Amino acid sequence: MDASPTKGKAVEGSINMIGLGLSAIGPGVGIGLIFAAFISGVARQPEAQSRLQSIAILGFVLAEALFIITVALAFVLPI
Amino acid sequence: MSFHQSLGSGIVAAEGGGFHAPGPGSFELPPVFELGGFGVTKPMLLLVLSAVLILGFTIAASRNAQLVPGRLQFAGEAVYGFVRNNLARDNIGSEHYMKFVPYLFSLFLFILVNNYYGIFPLLQFPSFSRIGFVIPLAIISWLVYVGTGVWKHGPLGYLKHATMPSGVGGPILLLLVPLEFFSNILVRPVTLTLRLFGNMFAGHLLLILFATGGAALLTSGNLLYGGVGILSFALGIGVSFLEMLVMFLQAYVFTLLSSMYIGEALADEH
Repeated sequence: MDASPTKGKAVEGSINMIGLGLSAIGPGVGIGLIFAAFISGVARQPEAQSRLQSIAILGFVLAEALFIITVALAFVLPI
Repeated sequence: MSFHQSLGSGIVAAEGGGFHAPGPGSFELPPVFELGGFGVTKPMLLLVLSAVLILGFTIAASRNAQLVPGRLQFAGEAVYGFVRNNLARDNIGSEHYMKFVPYLFSLFLFILVNNYYGIFPLLQFPSFSRIGFVIPLAIISWLVYVGTGVWKHGPLGYLKHATMPSGVGGPILLLLVPLEFFSNILVRPVTLTLRLFGNMFAGHLLLILFATGGAALLTSGNLLYGGVGILSFALGIGVSFLEMLVMFLQAYVFTLLSSMYIGEALADEH
């Protein structure tokens, strides 16, 4: 086998994966903001943690859904 | 060989011809055996095994129940109490929640066990990374919350309850009613399905990538590539720990959203 099998070849792959990477930016920022707000809320009022936790997880899940839908589409749609 | 592959986790080392990146095809395992012309695959067997495991655990934990619980009874009661108090009672309300606890408890355990197959040695295949197993779960949850709403408000009453936000009137309703119908009735089961499926699929794909990529780099014969291969295995171990968190979280989230939808369908007009 050649030492560098990709030498002289064009880069191959699906452009969908670039879109997948781009779509991770938005939910990443959103999830960061959600948990930042959750942490500062608990720091101010520690007894409210159990109440805040389910709200934070819900927000996290809804923000993440955008990315997860893209994961599904990235593999389903043709290149 | 094919029998071995069908029991494998889709983690098939690169054979000759260089390294093939894992893709959705890694999840399409050949049938383990045929049953009257119907191929039985590994995830089907895993689902049956999960039912046996859960039944065994809950029966063993609840028989000979003592006032002072033993270890097993304590574990069972902890899971049950978590689902009943933190998920059902907080989201459905103290009036009706006990009717839904059996469904939510079995849903939670079923998803939890099937997710943890993904990192369990020798099994190593999360059943819910095949979307066909997730769709029925979402449909059952949809039927439960829509059925609850119809039971509480009547068919037309539930339609009004789900699509007309209170305190809004006039021509804006023309815009809001289709949107609310779309998001509350149509999109919810789709996002429930895609969330569980997508997380399990993406997580397992990541594990396959690190394992096969690490193996291919280590066996490439190049010393520098080998070093990167070790790094790849280390990252794979890190991702496994992340997956342990995600697997629990997805079971929690599926049950949480189901109970929230039920609670919303039961809510009185306000």
